[in-house]
Amino acid sequence: MFHSLGRYILLLRSSFRKPEKFSVYWGEVMREMVSVGVGSLGIICIISVFIGAVATIQVAFQLVNPIVPRSIVGSISRDSTILEFSPTISALVLAGRVGSSMASQIGTMRVTEQIDALEIMGVNAPGFLISPKIIAGITMIPLLVIVSVVLGLGGGYIACLLSHDIPTTDYVVGLRDGFNAIIVTVCAVKSIFFGFIITSVCSYFGFYTSGGALEVGQSATKGVVYSCIWILFADLLISSVIL
Amino acid sequence: MITVKDIHKTFGDNKVLQGISAEFKPGKNNLIIGGSGSGKTTLLKCIVGLHEPTKGEVFYDKENFTTMNFNERVPIRKQIGMLFQNSALFDSMDVESNIMFPLNLFTDMSHAEKLDRANFCLERVNLKGKNKLFPSELSGGMKKRVGIARAISMQPKYLFVDEPNSGLDPKTSILIDELINELTEEYQITTVIVTHDMNSVMGIGDHILFLHNGQKWWEGTNKEIAHTTNKELNDFVFASKFMRAAKAKL
Repeated sequence: MFHSLGRYILLLRSSFRKPEKFSVYWGEVMREMVSVGVGSLGIICIISVFIGAVATIQVAFQLVNPIVPRSIVGSISRDSTILEFSPTISALVLAGRVGSSMASQIGTMRVTEQIDALEIMGVNAPGFLISPKIIAGITMIPLLVIVSVVLGLGGGYIACLLSHDIPTTDYVVGLRDGFNAIIVTVCAVKSIFFGFIITSVCSYFGFYTSGGALEVGQSATKGVVYSCIWILFADLLISSVIL
Repeated sequence: MITVKDIHKTFGDNKVLQGISAEFKPGKNNLIIGGSGSGKTTLLKCIVGLHEPTKGEVFYDKENFTTMNFNERVPIRKQIGMLFQNSALFDSMDVESNIMFPLNLFTDMSHAEKLDRANFCLERVNLKGKNKLFPSELSGGMKKRVGIARAISMQPKYLFVDEPNSGLDPKTSILIDELINELTEEYQITTVIVTHDMNSVMGIGDHILFLHNGQKWWEGTNKEIAHTTNKELNDFVFASKFMRAAKAKL
């Protein structure tokens, strides 16, 4: 475990060495941003609307009571969406979509000697391959989480509209009621950390792949599993430190 | 010139290379041959720095490559071109971008100059006009030629070639050998080739290093190899009936 941790830290250090040529790296960063951001937008939109809707319905089911104001459903849905559902579930889904793709891409480059080819040319392979992915992760995943929050809250509104258990006006009042900006800070911090974890952990497993097609698949699986574990651990840590 | 001195390489308890010393001269095709597991590719990887030798030193024109750190090696690496066994072209880039890749990173050439250089390299390997094809659209022989074009794009002083003929038909193999030979002579490159192919050995083997059990077992030229009395080398080179018959006629 300590050997892997040490190798992971050394890989990160090599990844952020001075680039050979900034313009080439910038092009890679842009390409990765499009891949992570635009490429994941569809799945994030779909899951966010459904999660928001389901969260609202379940909260409404548990809290509809004559002595509880109905607007509380909006408040609880808002807080749980911003604090937990949007950042964490989006990150878990993105670990599967983005992380496995990164691990298998780098792993395939390793087993087909493309990384060796980079090293022979004098290119800092971790820097060229991993740093653009990490930069794309820590910039695009927070943006995806913002989209997810908006759509999640929209999903809750749609659920109210369709179920008629909670009037939409009450839901909207609840969304505005007792808003504490700290939950947005927590959401932002979580999404940046999750972006870093997904891209760095999956790149690490891809970079140290050895063997062939079977091992590339195993690296992608390991990358996703370890990312998910670290996401949940970071979720707990950030929540307990900031809240 | 490349000099290797007393190279040892072990993986765990497995001693893959045991004290190999040799000199690889410019303008010559230096071939490393040997049976499977004899340490050919490991030696090549130690020379180019993909593996660090357990013991021993590698010199590029008297500069000790082994003791250099990553940044110190970069100027030498810019003078190295390498063709990998499976070509190792970047899948996400077309042929032109593959060839221009080192130029983009290490030169201040304008786009037009880089394009000219890429076209020149493609023409040199007889692939004129194939700029926009992706590696997945190329045959094995074409991939090797693009690999060579990429390797010579930075006008290297040292060219390393790992199994250039593997997976190719005999005619294409000969074309690749001739191309490597022409480039070596034309640009006076120090070329080091790891091969199993006996046609290459006989055709372009200016200087041959035969490895056996991780040791240098024999060294000579393709002319000398036909008359060698070294048992292991004879068993390796003249393993087939065809080669034995060819030897008998010499």
